[in-house]
Amino acid sequence: MKSTFTRREILSQGLAGMSAAWVSAHWPAMLSAATHARQAAKSAAPPKFEFFSPEQAVEIEAICARIIPTTDTPGAREAGVVFFIDRALVTFAKVNQKLYTEGLPELQARVREMFPGAEKFSAAASKQQDEVLASLDEHPTEGRGRPFRASAAAQTFFETIRVDTISGFLIDPDSDKRGNRDGVGWKVIGRDDAHMFQPPFGYYDKDYPGWQPNPADADKTKS
Amino acid sequence: MRPEQPKYKTADEVDFVIIGSGAAGGIVAKELSGNGYRVVVLEQGPYLTEKDFVHDEIKVLNHDLLTNHPELQPNTFRKTPDEEAKPRRALVYGRLVGGTSVHFTANFWRFHEIDFTEHTRFGPAAGAAIADWPITYADLEPYYTKVEWEIGVSGLAGSSPFDPPRSKPYPMPPLPVKSSGVIFERAARKLGWHPFPAPMAILSQPRPGRSACMNCGFCLGFGCEVGAKSSSLATAIRMAEKTGRCEIRPNSYVHRIELDANGRATGAVYFDEKREVQRQKAKAVVVCANGAETPRLLLLSANKQFPNGLANSSGMVGKHLMLNSGTVATGVFEHPLNDYKGFAVSRILHDFYELDPEKVGFRGGGGLDARFDITPIGFALGSLPPGTPRWGKGFKDVLSHNFTRSLEIFSHGTSLPIENNSFSLDPDLKDSWGLPALRMTYKDHPDDLLLTNWLNARALELLDAAGAVKKWSFPAQEQQFAVHLLGTCRMGNDPKSSVINSDHQTHDVKNLFLCDGSSLVTSGRGQPTMTIEALAFRAADRITALAKRGDLSA
Repeated sequence: MKSTFTRREILSQGLAGMSAAWVSAHWPAMLSAATHARQAAKSAAPPKFEFFSPEQAVEIEAICARIIPTTDTPGAREAGVVFFIDRALVTFAKVNQKLYTEGLPELQARVREMFPGAEKFSAAASKQQDEVLASLDEHPTEGRGRPFRASAAAQTFFETIRVDTISGFLIDPDSDKRGNRDGVGWKVIGRDDAHMFQPPFGYYDKDYPGWQPNPADADKTKS
Repeated sequence: MRPEQPKYKTADEVDFVIIGSGAAGGIVAKELSGNGYRVVVLEQGPYLTEKDFVHDEIKVLNHDLLTNHPELQPNTFRKTPDEEAKPRRALVYGRLVGGTSVHFTANFWRFHEIDFTEHTRFGPAAGAAIADWPITYADLEPYYTKVEWEIGVSGLAGSSPFDPPRSKPYPMPPLPVKSSGVIFERAARKLGWHPFPAPMAILSQPRPGRSACMNCGFCLGFGCEVGAKSSSLATAIRMAEKTGRCEIRPNSYVHRIELDANGRATGAVYFDEKREVQRQKAKAVVVCANGAETPRLLLLSANKQFPNGLANSSGMVGKHLMLNSGTVATGVFEHPLNDYKGFAVSRILHDFYELDPEKVGFRGGGGLDARFDITPIGFALGSLPPGTPRWGKGFKDVLSHNFTRSLEIFSHGTSLPIENNSFSLDPDLKDSWGLPALRMTYKDHPDDLLLTNWLNARALELLDAAGAVKKWSFPAQEQQFAVHLLGTCRMGNDPKSSVINSDHQTHDVKNLFLCDGSSLVTSGRGQPTMTIEALAFRAADRITALAKRGDLSA
């Protein structure tokens, strides 16, 4: 008998064979088991590249690592974002293969042009790397309002790798997309990687006494 | 386990064929099959279930796991009829069994009396076609109650002094409050406003076969993997299946309703999963395909008798599209709210539901809610303050700080009905089946934009009163993207100015009924699904009464 369950197995069994109340009551324990199973599975499999050559992967990872740098907290490198992009390019984002294969050499040419002596992006200093990326960025700051959903088809290489890096950093680590390794992206932004929570949720609701009618409206709300 | 469904043959004339399985179609199917009728539901999308509902933002949102797909079904957009429409994604709706109710936010308050009697109360408005509904709030009240009890709505009766009268309390208490809700409630009370627990179509207590909300945080845009969200999929569809008289037939894309020589609908013509043409015969047809696809289907079904579209002698099919106006003000607070946990909305207020046009200088009204309905990737790509770097350490620092400390004040309000705002058939663009694509024409009434900015000013006042460390918003912009699809086959007593009567029967074809967002005469103040579902319960009652009288047989 299996001692651990994946989250999906729990969910499908929860609906098919267990009472809703039972699932609700036992959810935290089940989820904790599922999370352990998931992390064990992730660290057991040695990652391989399916699209990038090892040399390309080094360069792509170096770019990702400037988009979400490693600081006092993990960045794109620790989240395995390059593996997410690699998998994306042979699965759901095949349409972007050309952007990457053509965009990377153009970026390398830009490196050599801006910093003669620097052979490739990964060999340049961080500050130089940032300057190269800044030269490719057409919209350096936010300010255009909230899109209904994330842009699926970014036009330029830089915009594509920017969106892909952020996506690979923050994708549900339970997904099959190899991003957000060990949930580090969610840890960085403060998102607990569980999928079930109980109140109190945050600072402001922890001492909430329960809803009371506003005394000033007591007469109005009676009717 | 899902019960066995009957499998009706297409040549077998069933009592009703229902086109669409969403908020309205699910309920009409449940009610009619429950009343003893043999029903086939034709749904263009797939039959997904809870096990398919993942939290993968790319799969679900970017790749439209649950929604209409722009490559299969592209559309065009223009602002006014004199412009040439250009291909551009302009709408999203749920394209699966359960429809848009699978992925919605689940805000579920009732419309108020004013929504049904706006014209009598305030008269006409320049540039808009405001009309009273042929039914009133009182007519719909018992059906609102049915929705709350049968489908499952959490809330606290009597908590808003602006609520219309009700015959029964909610069947279950409100969902827990979120930090955004507490901040909203305290600030709104400081300002003398009346915040109250948001009525939500999400279970706060388990029901048979359904769990209470687990607060997973993947709610708007996602399907609920534990059946806590009261979608048609988790509720009415399951109940319809249990009758043993209702067949849900997914991957069935209806593109034509045919009439016999007597001008009566004979059933629905559709593409099956293999794209082969099938004809399901039925004694009567109920179209619940949403406010975009319902008028499109009627226009696609033009024939000799109705050269401008089936049941379109009024010329009103597809017209008076309303989207609901709205915008967002974002606030960042000192301490973590962790609002990513849980459903989107826990507190709302309706102080501005009925504004005095004399005082504010525009028509309409609305409300505010406190919400966090954004998942991590979407937040990082679209919810940081203006001026934030889009990558690098500066980006990461703001993202890491704000994700747990942000909330949004969402203002939601009226769209005034305008005849030119419409869904029609694009003369050039075709979908993947070779059918004319949807063409959307939309330009907000100036009052809608004034209202949005007025409400947004209240939202910013509220963020100030709440002590937000940082706040920002964007001025109202003309809408070019549709989520709420309302008003396009409006209900009315006059066959010259409306498409259906108060029984949801088309004025032109006696055994053809329409019920979904297209039936609405006014937009309400946002969050229309509750009203669409109440209409569906009522429509099923009316249709049953007509069928029993023999009015639907030839």
